[in-house]
Amino acid sequence: MLQALKLKTVEQLFDDIPRAVRTDGLRLPEGISELDLQREMQAMMSVNRPASSHPTFLGAGIYHHFIPAAVRTIVSRGEFITSYTPYQPEISQGMLQSMFEYQSFMAELTAMDVVNSSMYDASTALGEAVLMSHRIAGGSKFLISRAISPEKKQVAKVYAKGADLGLVEVEYDRSTGLVDLNDLKEKLKADVAGFYYETPNFLGPIETQATDIRAMLGAKPMVVGVNPMSLALLMPPGESGADIVIGDAQVFGTPMNLGGPTIGLFACKAEHVRKMPGRLIGMTADVEGRTAFCMTLQTREQHIRRSKATSNICTNEALLALAAAAYLSIVGKTGLREIAAKNVENMRSLATRINALKGFKAPRFKSAHFNEFVVSSDHLSDKVHRHLLAEGIQGGYALDQAFPELRNSALYATTEMHTRADHDALIKALEGIR
Amino acid sequence: MTYHQAVHDVPVLFESCERPVRSEPFDATLGGAIPKEVVRSGLEIPDLPERDVVKHFVNLSQMNFGVDNGLYPLGSCTMKYNPKVCDEIASWPTVSDIHPLQDISTIQGALRLMHELEIALGEIGGVDAVTLQPAAGAQGEFTGMHLVRAFHESNGETRREVVVPDTAHGTNPASAAMVGYDVLELPSRDGCVDVEALKAAVSKDTAAFMLTNPNTLGLFERDVVEIAKTVHDAGALLYYDGANLNAIMGKTSPGKMDFDIVHFNLHKTFATPHGGGGPGAGPVGVKRNLERFLPVPRIAHQKGVYSLDYDRPFSIGKVRAFFGNFAVLVRAYAYIRLHGAEGLRSISENAVLNSNYIKHMLKDDFEMPFASLRKHEFVLSGRPLKSKGVRTIDFAKRLLDYGFHAPTIYFPLVVDEAIMIEPTETESKETLDAFVDACKKIVKEDPETLRNAPVNTARRRLDEAKAARDMVFSWRSYKKKMSGERLSPA
Repeated sequence: MLQALKLKTVEQLFDDIPRAVRTDGLRLPEGISELDLQREMQAMMSVNRPASSHPTFLGAGIYHHFIPAAVRTIVSRGEFITSYTPYQPEISQGMLQSMFEYQSFMAELTAMDVVNSSMYDASTALGEAVLMSHRIAGGSKFLISRAISPEKKQVAKVYAKGADLGLVEVEYDRSTGLVDLNDLKEKLKADVAGFYYETPNFLGPIETQATDIRAMLGAKPMVVGVNPMSLALLMPPGESGADIVIGDAQVFGTPMNLGGPTIGLFACKAEHVRKMPGRLIGMTADVEGRTAFCMTLQTREQHIRRSKATSNICTNEALLALAAAAYLSIVGKTGLREIAAKNVENMRSLATRINALKGFKAPRFKSAHFNEFVVSSDHLSDKVHRHLLAEGIQGGYALDQAFPELRNSALYATTEMHTRADHDALIKALEGIR
Repeated sequence: MTYHQAVHDVPVLFESCERPVRSEPFDATLGGAIPKEVVRSGLEIPDLPERDVVKHFVNLSQMNFGVDNGLYPLGSCTMKYNPKVCDEIASWPTVSDIHPLQDISTIQGALRLMHELEIALGEIGGVDAVTLQPAAGAQGEFTGMHLVRAFHESNGETRREVVVPDTAHGTNPASAAMVGYDVLELPSRDGCVDVEALKAAVSKDTAAFMLTNPNTLGLFERDVVEIAKTVHDAGALLYYDGANLNAIMGKTSPGKMDFDIVHFNLHKTFATPHGGGGPGAGPVGVKRNLERFLPVPRIAHQKGVYSLDYDRPFSIGKVRAFFGNFAVLVRAYAYIRLHGAEGLRSISENAVLNSNYIKHMLKDDFEMPFASLRKHEFVLSGRPLKSKGVRTIDFAKRLLDYGFHAPTIYFPLVVDEAIMIEPTETESKETLDAFVDACKKIVKEDPETLRNAPVNTARRRLDEAKAARDMVFSWRSYKKKMSGERLSPA
């Protein structure tokens, strides 16, 4: 090839790089073989303790759920995993139809007409929802429920800054954990762009006041955060008049991955679609009239609209959206309901048992829960955490720092992954705290 | 030609919901556990045997083209073949089955990997500190623009404007706008930054200049030293879009070129397959004076113990929950370890060689704007085809019939009928020659054949206007639209 180019050395291909900015190679170790790589990384990673090796009761946005083997079979297909954004739809129908099916699953679960083919995660989906609400309603402030994850709050704040929007927290009722409607009413001024709340919220309670919230908001966007798995049982936010629905579809077939990658679920009402961020797959036909799928309404996107785009997002989490579609297809309606029911059953059983222990109260809030709840205790959170860890258990997520009003409390999640023995081990360990 | 993509009749999964089935009554209140006022009524998702689901998706996969199928010369996307071992490692339970809020004593391996990856990327990028948090290249830009804003605000300045060349990726202006900046597009000269125009454009109001080098035409911006000086003299920062890093590893670095902030597209250069659109990862590196603004937490390291530092009063905050796309970071780490210093340098050499080879072989069949050397990608113009009534899109569609993915087309905007080709380093000379042959054949084919292409793919050309008009984004909206009318599968 060098000959064809009439060159003597590869180096000549870099003659256009000025001497002043040339570097002399990289100060990195030499490469190793695949075998040595596996050995080295096995040694490095074996220091981590995976959930499969000890019971963990952590949730707080990332959940440990079972993943049927067939999900992995499907997402490992080279044709899927090594493709990119389907710019050439004729040769990319497989991914396009799969994305349409992902959108269809999420649309059904949330009862929303429009779902995009994924954002990065729930936190960035919230950031984008704040910006989208601002595009819809204007204003200078956005209201968020106080009962959301500190991670999400921080991310939303960074996104809001770009639009010079202030975030204002709306209190939760200290007894039920639900949105404090009086506080919402007070803060709902003319310059408010919209309101975000979750159900179940970060602290576990399932929100029951959607109708009141909708009525109070009037024409302002109502943004609802969900755990999409809970929607197997719960009334979908689309039926309560949500304008935008966000969440994380990691619960459907994506492992915890130390928190990433996960899948930002993003849905909206049809009337807002042109203000929506992200990629949309639509149904159409080819010249022979055969059903086909393609990316659509791309004039919202950065590669067409540049600085006027609704978002800068390009790469998304398509492969994980495929995993979600595969997961939901495999477990099906019956399976999904069973799994969701098992989560509730485990939550109720574990909360009841913890509540029976001296020095503990669970759930802290008088509301219905899905698979996560606050445990308050007479002991310092750190003491409980250290004690459990010594017993080989990851306890709940301590809330003291993010929610000073919930001192000595922690957020516990339990899913279908926990056996009776896992619960027994936790109870026994908690009993041992003096 | 021998390529034929599979054509299966694969009905949308939800069609099976339309078949009447007898289902057991289900009490979603679970005997009162869920209050009646928030309980769901009905759930229209399919209930299929695993066997049918696997068939469905495997058949769909056969109607999809990836790098594993063949050449995917999509310019600016670096669609290289990635070693499978990286995917395998990312799937180990010690990697995938860990929770971000676990006690840090139980994730020391993960923290060590991230710390070492930060160091390796710092070396490759010529920068002093790296955050791994951004989830994709565009989010890296978004993070970078927040760093720019924090930097100027810390100096008591509110600069309103970000300058980008007209050859920039669309994400650049979009990211700057998302952070609240006005965007000024700078016209290029001979495909590169016009330094005089840049000098005239920058002012006390310029917050940053965003540039990728080599640029999207595959041209190395030779005036980069003067560009950097111009930007810095105006008190602005220089931002490096790392989408084209595959061209320069071990030859130069953004830091050496005096960029202040750089993002890395790990899925392009460092071994994460693109997954039909993602996930990726977009770590950001900075020079020492910007380190204090990086997102929290920072990974700290002392005497072999790794910890998380949240005590960063100048930090911009968080751009994504937790640490970033860890499973992607693991692949990048493995890839860098596998190739080492020499390997990475030869990756860039071969990427550039392959690109220049194809360019040389095709230069007489197309119009070749800008005669000079290219880096990892180059841009042709399909303008000569116009005289026979054929456009770039027709050429691109015809390539699919030959079993090649199409290049990026109609970008960058500065080239009429642009065809942007990036072969990457992983393709053999035989593959490149076959691609060249196909291109040469196609331009000689009769116009009708091109306008009718593709014919060997699972579908022929789509009515994209219909998709935009109908706005059917889900089975739910399809049903609403058709109000009961059934969808024919094929």
